[in-house]
Amino acid sequence: MKKYIVIFFLLFVFFETKAQVKLLTLKELDARVAKGKDTTYVVNFWATWCGPCVEELPNFEKLQKDSMAKPIKVLLVSLDFKSKLQSQVIPFVSKNKLQSEVFVINEPDQQAFIEKVDKKWSGAIPATLFVNKDKNKRAFFEKEFTYQELITTLENLK
Amino acid sequence: MRRILFACFIMLGITAQAQTGYQVGDLTTDFNLKNVDGRKVSLANYAAAKGYIVVFTCNTCPVAKAYQDRVEALNKEFAPKGYPVIAINTNDPVASPGDSFEKMQERAKEKSFSYAYLEDPDHIYTKKFGATKTPHTFVLQKTAKGNEVAYIGAIDNDQQEENESREVYVKNAVNSLLNGKKPSVTTTKAVGCSIKWKKQSTTK
Repeated sequence: MKKYIVIFFLLFVFFETKAQVKLLTLKELDARVAKGKDTTYVVNFWATWCGPCVEELPNFEKLQKDSMAKPIKVLLVSLDFKSKLQSQVIPFVSKNKLQSEVFVINEPDQQAFIEKVDKKWSGAIPATLFVNKDKNKRAFFEKEFTYQELITTLENLK
Repeated sequence: MRRILFACFIMLGITAQAQTGYQVGDLTTDFNLKNVDGRKVSLANYAAAKGYIVVFTCNTCPVAKAYQDRVEALNKEFAPKGYPVIAINTNDPVASPGDSFEKMQERAKEKSFSYAYLEDPDHIYTKKFGATKTPHTFVLQKTAKGNEVAYIGAIDNDQQEENESREVYVKNAVNSLLNGKKPSVTTTKAVGCSIKWKKQSTTK
Protein backbone atom coordinates (compact mmCIF):
# COMPACT_ATOMS: atom_id res chain seq x y z
CA MET A 1 0.00 0.00 0.00
CA LYS A 2 2.80 2.33 0.96
CA LYS A 3 4.36 1.66 -2.43
CA TYR A 4 1.21 2.77 -4.20
CA ILE A 5 1.06 5.93 -2.21
CA VAL A 6 4.64 6.68 -3.18
CA ILE A 7 3.90 5.98 -6.85
CA PHE A 8 0.77 8.07 -6.70
CA PHE A 9 2.71 10.86 -5.08
CA LEU A 10 5.46 10.68 -7.70
CA LEU A 11 2.91 10.72 -10.52
CA PHE A 12 1.25 13.67 -8.90
CA VAL A 13 4.52 15.54 -8.63
CA PHE A 14 5.32 14.63 -12.23
CA PHE A 15 2.07 16.00 -13.60
CA GLU A 16 2.24 19.01 -11.38
CA THR A 17 5.69 19.95 -12.63
CA LYS A 18 4.62 19.26 -16.17
CA ALA A 19 1.89 21.84 -15.87
CA GLN A 20 4.38 24.40 -14.62
CA VAL A 21 6.12 27.06 -16.61
CA LYS A 22 9.79 26.35 -17.11
CA LEU A 23 12.76 28.62 -17.50
CA LEU A 24 14.34 28.39 -20.93
CA THR A 25 17.65 29.53 -22.38
CA LEU A 26 17.98 30.29 -26.07
CA LYS A 27 20.04 27.13 -26.46
CA GLU A 28 17.24 25.14 -24.87
CA LEU A 29 14.75 26.81 -27.18
CA ASP A 30 16.83 25.79 -30.19
CA ALA A 31 17.00 22.24 -28.84
CA ARG A 32 13.24 22.22 -28.21
CA VAL A 33 12.67 23.14 -31.85
CA ALA A 34 15.37 20.82 -33.23
CA LYS A 35 14.28 17.77 -31.27
CA GLY A 36 10.53 18.34 -31.35
CA LYS A 37 8.48 16.07 -33.58
CA ASP A 38 6.56 18.95 -35.12
CA THR A 39 7.91 20.61 -38.24
CA THR A 40 6.62 24.15 -37.80
CA TYR A 41 7.18 26.22 -34.69
CA VAL A 42 5.53 29.50 -33.83
CA VAL A 43 7.54 31.14 -31.08
CA ASN A 44 5.80 34.13 -29.57
CA PHE A 45 7.75 36.50 -27.33
CA TRP A 46 5.45 38.16 -24.81
CA ALA A 47 5.19 39.27 -21.19
CA THR A 48 2.39 39.48 -18.64
CA TRP A 49 2.98 43.25 -18.40
CA CYS A 50 2.73 43.80 -22.16
CA GLY A 51 -0.83 44.84 -23.08
CA PRO A 52 -0.76 44.12 -26.81
CA CYS A 53 0.93 40.75 -26.12
CA VAL A 54 -1.79 39.69 -23.72
CA GLU A 55 -4.39 40.82 -26.25
CA GLU A 56 -3.03 38.65 -29.05
CA LEU A 57 -2.42 35.53 -26.90
CA PRO A 58 -5.89 34.08 -27.66
CA ASN A 59 -4.96 34.04 -31.37
CA PHE A 60 -1.93 31.88 -30.62
CA GLU A 61 -4.01 29.69 -28.34
CA LYS A 62 -6.59 29.24 -31.08
CA LEU A 63 -3.84 28.40 -33.56
CA GLN A 64 -2.51 25.70 -31.25
CA LYS A 65 -5.99 24.32 -30.64
CA ASP A 66 -6.92 24.28 -34.33
CA SER A 67 -3.59 22.73 -35.31
CA MET A 68 -3.79 19.71 -33.04
CA ALA A 69 -3.81 17.35 -36.04
CA LYS A 70 -1.02 19.27 -37.81
CA PRO A 71 2.72 19.31 -37.10
CA ILE A 72 2.51 22.87 -35.76
CA LYS A 73 3.64 23.84 -32.29
CA VAL A 74 3.10 27.14 -30.51
CA LEU A 75 5.70 28.08 -27.89
CA LEU A 76 4.94 31.09 -25.71
CA VAL A 77 8.21 32.52 -24.43
CA SER A 78 7.66 35.12 -21.73
CA LEU A 79 10.18 37.90 -21.17
CA ASP A 80 8.92 38.52 -17.66
CA PHE A 81 11.66 38.67 -15.06
CA LYS A 82 12.68 35.22 -13.82
CA SER A 83 11.91 36.38 -10.31
CA LYS A 84 8.26 36.82 -11.36
CA LEU A 85 7.87 33.20 -12.48
CA GLN A 86 5.96 32.12 -9.36
CA SER A 87 4.27 35.40 -8.49
CA GLN A 88 3.17 36.57 -11.96
CA VAL A 89 3.65 34.14 -14.83
CA ILE A 90 2.31 30.91 -13.35
CA PRO A 91 -0.81 32.60 -11.91
CA PHE A 92 -1.38 34.28 -15.28
CA VAL A 93 -1.09 30.97 -17.14
CA SER A 94 -3.52 29.27 -14.72
CA LYS A 95 -5.99 32.12 -14.72
CA ASN A 96 -6.11 32.30 -18.51
CA LYS A 97 -5.94 28.51 -18.83
CA LEU A 98 -3.20 28.72 -21.45
CA GLN A 99 -2.87 25.41 -23.29
CA SER A 100 0.25 26.14 -25.32
CA GLU A 101 3.70 25.45 -23.91
CA VAL A 102 4.79 28.43 -21.84
CA PHE A 103 8.33 29.33 -20.84
CA VAL A 104 10.12 32.21 -19.19
CA ILE A 105 13.35 33.23 -20.87
CA ASN A 106 16.49 32.57 -18.91
CA GLU A 107 19.12 34.74 -20.56
CA PRO A 108 21.15 37.21 -18.52
CA ASP A 109 22.36 39.30 -21.47
CA GLN A 110 19.40 40.72 -23.36
CA GLN A 111 21.50 42.50 -25.91
CA ALA A 112 23.06 39.20 -26.99
CA PHE A 113 19.78 37.32 -26.77
CA ILE A 114 17.83 39.81 -28.92
CA GLU A 115 20.52 39.79 -31.60
CA LYS A 116 20.61 36.00 -31.63
CA VAL A 117 16.86 35.65 -32.10
CA ASP A 118 16.89 38.08 -35.01
CA LYS A 119 19.20 40.86 -36.13
CA LYS A 120 16.34 43.17 -37.00
CA TRP A 121 14.54 42.81 -33.67
CA SER A 122 14.64 46.06 -31.64
CA GLY A 123 13.60 44.21 -28.51
CA ALA A 124 10.02 45.46 -28.63
CA ILE A 125 7.29 42.93 -27.92
CA PRO A 126 5.11 41.32 -29.06
CA ALA A 127 7.40 39.63 -31.54
CA THR A 128 7.02 36.25 -33.19
CA LEU A 129 9.42 33.84 -34.82
CA PHE A 130 8.16 31.24 -37.32
CA VAL A 131 10.36 28.25 -38.07
CA ASN A 132 9.68 25.57 -40.67
CA LYS A 133 12.25 22.86 -40.03
CA ASP A 134 11.45 20.86 -43.17
CA LYS A 135 11.84 23.80 -45.51
CA ASN A 136 14.59 25.35 -43.44
CA LYS A 137 12.65 28.60 -43.47
CA ARG A 138 12.54 31.26 -40.79
CA ALA A 139 10.51 34.42 -40.51
CA PHE A 140 10.55 37.01 -37.78
CA PHE A 141 8.06 39.80 -37.07
CA GLU A 142 8.03 42.55 -34.50
CA LYS A 143 4.28 43.10 -34.52
CA GLU A 144 0.91 41.87 -33.31
CA PHE A 145 -0.87 39.07 -35.10
CA THR A 146 -4.52 38.45 -35.78
CA TYR A 147 -5.55 34.82 -36.19
CA GLN A 148 -5.86 35.29 -39.94
CA GLU A 149 -2.39 36.82 -40.16
CA LEU A 150 -0.96 33.82 -38.33
CA ILE A 151 -2.58 31.47 -40.85
CA THR A 152 -1.36 33.56 -43.81
CA THR A 153 2.18 33.71 -42.44
CA LEU A 154 2.19 29.94 -41.96
CA GLU A 155 0.95 29.47 -45.53
CA ASN A 156 3.80 31.65 -46.81
CA LEU A 157 6.28 29.59 -44.85
CA LYS A 158 5.29 26.37 -46.61
CA MET B 1 -1.26 41.39 -57.13
CA ARG B 2 -2.90 44.54 -55.84
CA ARG B 3 -3.01 42.98 -52.41
CA ILE B 4 0.70 42.26 -52.53
CA LEU B 5 1.43 45.82 -53.60
CA PHE B 6 -0.76 47.07 -50.81
CA ALA B 7 1.07 44.86 -48.32
CA CYS B 8 4.38 46.21 -49.62
CA PHE B 9 3.19 49.75 -49.05
CA ILE B 10 2.17 48.92 -45.51
CA MET B 11 5.54 47.29 -44.86
CA LEU B 12 7.30 50.34 -46.28
CA GLY B 13 5.22 52.47 -43.98
CA ILE B 14 6.26 50.37 -41.01
CA THR B 15 9.97 50.54 -41.86
CA ALA B 16 9.77 54.25 -42.52
CA GLN B 17 8.11 54.73 -39.17
CA ALA B 18 10.70 52.58 -37.43
CA GLN B 19 13.48 54.73 -38.79
CA THR B 20 12.19 58.07 -37.62
CA GLY B 21 13.87 59.57 -34.61
CA TYR B 22 17.47 60.39 -33.93
CA GLN B 23 20.46 58.29 -34.86
CA VAL B 24 23.87 58.50 -33.24
CA GLY B 25 25.58 61.64 -34.52
CA ASP B 26 22.36 63.62 -35.01
CA LEU B 27 21.83 66.97 -33.32
CA THR B 28 18.78 67.11 -31.11
CA THR B 29 16.21 69.77 -30.61
CA ASP B 30 15.77 71.35 -27.18
CA PHE B 31 12.50 71.05 -25.29
CA ASN B 32 10.61 72.95 -22.66
CA LEU B 33 8.59 70.48 -20.62
CA LYS B 34 6.91 70.57 -17.23
CA ASN B 35 8.83 68.96 -14.39
CA VAL B 36 7.20 67.27 -11.37
CA ASP B 37 7.95 70.47 -9.37
CA GLY B 38 5.75 72.43 -11.78
CA ARG B 39 8.64 74.30 -13.42
CA LYS B 40 9.50 74.04 -17.09
CA VAL B 41 12.81 72.40 -17.94
CA SER B 42 14.94 72.77 -21.07
CA LEU B 43 18.36 71.36 -21.92
CA ALA B 44 19.56 74.98 -22.10
CA ASN B 45 18.74 75.42 -18.39
CA TYR B 46 21.77 73.31 -17.52
CA ALA B 47 24.36 75.94 -18.31
CA ALA B 48 27.26 74.01 -16.81
CA ALA B 49 26.35 70.69 -18.44
CA LYS B 50 28.78 68.96 -20.80
CA GLY B 51 25.98 66.73 -21.95
CA TYR B 52 22.85 64.94 -20.82
CA ILE B 53 21.52 61.50 -20.02
CA VAL B 54 17.96 61.62 -21.37
CA VAL B 55 15.91 58.64 -20.18
CA PHE B 56 12.51 58.02 -21.74
CA THR B 57 10.66 56.17 -19.05
CA CYS B 58 7.37 55.95 -17.15
CA ASN B 59 5.83 55.06 -13.81
CA THR B 60 4.18 51.81 -14.73
CA CYS B 61 6.50 49.62 -16.80
CA PRO B 62 8.12 46.83 -14.75
CA VAL B 63 11.35 47.20 -16.70
CA ALA B 64 11.43 50.98 -16.15
CA LYS B 65 10.70 50.43 -12.46
CA ALA B 66 13.53 47.91 -12.21
CA TYR B 67 15.86 50.64 -13.49
CA GLN B 68 14.57 53.45 -11.27
CA ASP B 69 17.33 53.17 -8.70
CA ARG B 70 19.98 52.79 -11.37
CA VAL B 71 18.76 55.98 -13.07
CA GLU B 72 19.00 57.75 -9.74
CA ALA B 73 22.54 56.41 -9.28
CA LEU B 74 23.50 57.67 -12.75
CA ASN B 75 22.37 61.16 -11.81
CA LYS B 76 24.18 61.07 -8.47
CA GLU B 77 27.37 60.00 -10.19
CA PHE B 78 27.29 62.06 -13.36
CA ALA B 79 25.34 65.25 -12.64
CA PRO B 80 28.30 66.64 -10.65
CA LYS B 81 30.58 65.71 -13.56
CA GLY B 82 28.40 67.56 -16.07
CA TYR B 83 26.03 64.86 -17.30
CA PRO B 84 22.71 65.26 -15.50
CA VAL B 85 19.85 62.79 -15.97
CA ILE B 86 16.64 64.15 -17.46
CA ALA B 87 13.77 61.67 -17.40
CA ILE B 88 10.79 62.07 -19.71
CA ASN B 89 7.54 60.20 -19.22
CA THR B 90 6.49 58.83 -22.60
CA ASN B 91 3.01 57.67 -21.74
CA ASP B 92 -0.39 59.22 -22.28
CA PRO B 93 -2.25 59.60 -18.96
CA VAL B 94 -5.55 58.54 -20.51
CA ALA B 95 -4.12 55.41 -22.11
CA SER B 96 -2.21 54.68 -18.89
CA PRO B 97 -3.74 56.31 -15.80
CA GLY B 98 -0.78 55.24 -13.66
CA ASP B 99 1.34 57.66 -15.68
CA SER B 100 -0.61 60.85 -14.95
CA PHE B 101 1.25 63.97 -13.88
CA GLU B 102 0.03 63.51 -10.28
CA LYS B 103 1.31 59.94 -10.27
CA MET B 104 4.64 61.14 -11.62
CA GLN B 105 4.83 63.64 -8.75
CA GLU B 106 4.00 60.91 -6.25
CA ARG B 107 6.71 58.63 -7.60
CA ALA B 108 9.33 61.38 -7.68
CA LYS B 109 8.54 62.25 -4.07
CA GLU B 110 8.38 58.68 -2.85
CA LYS B 111 11.72 57.77 -4.46
CA SER B 112 13.25 61.25 -3.88
CA PHE B 113 14.34 61.65 -7.50
CA SER B 114 17.31 63.99 -7.66
CA TYR B 115 16.72 64.59 -11.37
CA ALA B 116 14.02 66.24 -13.47
CA TYR B 117 11.08 64.01 -14.39
CA LEU B 118 9.15 65.66 -17.22
CA GLU B 119 5.81 65.05 -18.85
CA ASP B 120 5.62 64.94 -22.64
CA PRO B 121 2.04 65.73 -23.66
CA ASP B 122 1.16 64.37 -27.10
CA HIS B 123 4.47 62.46 -27.18
CA ILE B 124 6.13 65.29 -29.12
CA TYR B 125 9.69 64.63 -27.91
CA THR B 126 9.20 60.89 -27.49
CA LYS B 127 8.49 60.85 -31.23
CA LYS B 128 11.20 63.38 -32.14
CA PHE B 129 13.87 61.37 -30.37
CA GLY B 130 12.41 58.12 -31.62
CA ALA B 131 11.97 56.43 -28.26
CA THR B 132 10.02 53.24 -28.85
CA LYS B 133 9.89 51.73 -25.39
CA THR B 134 10.57 52.36 -21.74
CA PRO B 135 13.24 52.69 -20.61
CA HIS B 136 15.06 54.05 -23.67
CA THR B 137 18.15 56.14 -23.06
CA PHE B 138 19.87 58.81 -25.17
CA VAL B 139 23.24 60.19 -24.12
CA LEU B 140 23.80 63.64 -25.60
CA GLN B 141 27.06 65.54 -25.80
CA LYS B 142 27.10 69.31 -25.85
CA THR B 143 29.22 70.40 -28.82
CA ALA B 144 29.82 73.67 -30.65
CA LYS B 145 27.24 72.54 -33.21
CA GLY B 146 24.61 71.64 -30.63
CA ASN B 147 23.56 68.64 -28.58
CA GLU B 148 24.80 65.58 -30.40
CA VAL B 149 23.50 62.05 -29.82
CA ALA B 150 26.40 59.89 -28.64
CA TYR B 151 24.60 56.76 -27.47
CA ILE B 152 21.13 55.23 -27.84
CA GLY B 153 19.79 52.18 -26.07
CA ALA B 154 19.79 50.31 -22.79
CA ILE B 155 21.26 51.45 -19.48
CA ASP B 156 23.03 48.09 -19.11
CA ASN B 157 22.57 44.52 -20.32
CA ASP B 158 21.40 43.19 -16.98
CA GLN B 159 17.78 44.17 -16.37
CA GLN B 160 17.31 41.81 -13.46
CA GLU B 161 20.62 42.60 -11.77
CA GLU B 162 21.78 39.01 -11.71
CA ASN B 163 24.99 39.22 -13.69
CA GLU B 164 28.02 40.59 -11.86
CA SER B 165 29.91 41.09 -15.12
CA ARG B 166 27.18 43.26 -16.62
CA GLU B 167 28.08 45.83 -19.22
CA VAL B 168 27.07 49.27 -18.03
CA TYR B 169 26.53 50.88 -21.43
CA VAL B 170 25.40 54.35 -20.35
CA LYS B 171 28.04 54.65 -17.67
CA ASN B 172 30.75 53.58 -20.10
CA ALA B 173 29.48 55.95 -22.78
CA VAL B 174 29.48 58.95 -20.42
CA ASN B 175 32.89 58.06 -19.02
CA SER B 176 34.29 57.88 -22.56
CA LEU B 177 32.84 61.29 -23.36
CA LEU B 178 34.25 62.71 -20.13
CA ASN B 179 37.64 61.39 -21.20
CA GLY B 180 37.30 63.12 -24.54
CA LYS B 181 36.64 59.90 -26.44
CA LYS B 182 33.74 58.55 -28.47
CA PRO B 183 31.86 55.71 -26.76
CA SER B 184 32.96 52.29 -28.00
CA VAL B 185 29.38 51.00 -27.94
CA THR B 186 26.94 53.51 -29.41
CA THR B 187 23.69 51.56 -29.81
CA THR B 188 22.23 48.63 -27.91
CA LYS B 189 18.94 46.80 -27.79
CA ALA B 190 16.77 45.81 -24.87
CA VAL B 191 13.31 44.60 -24.08
CA GLY B 192 11.07 47.32 -22.75
CA CYS B 193 7.42 48.27 -22.48
CA SER B 194 5.76 49.68 -25.55
CA ILE B 195 4.77 53.32 -25.28
CA LYS B 196 1.16 53.94 -24.30
CA TRP B 197 0.20 56.24 -27.15
CA LYS B 198 -2.62 58.70 -26.98
CA LYS B 199 -5.70 57.35 -28.75
CA GLN B 200 -6.43 59.13 -32.03
CA SER B 201 -9.52 61.30 -31.69
CA THR B 202 -11.07 59.49 -34.66
CA THR B 203 -11.17 56.24 -32.74
CA LYS B 204 -12.91 57.71 -29.73
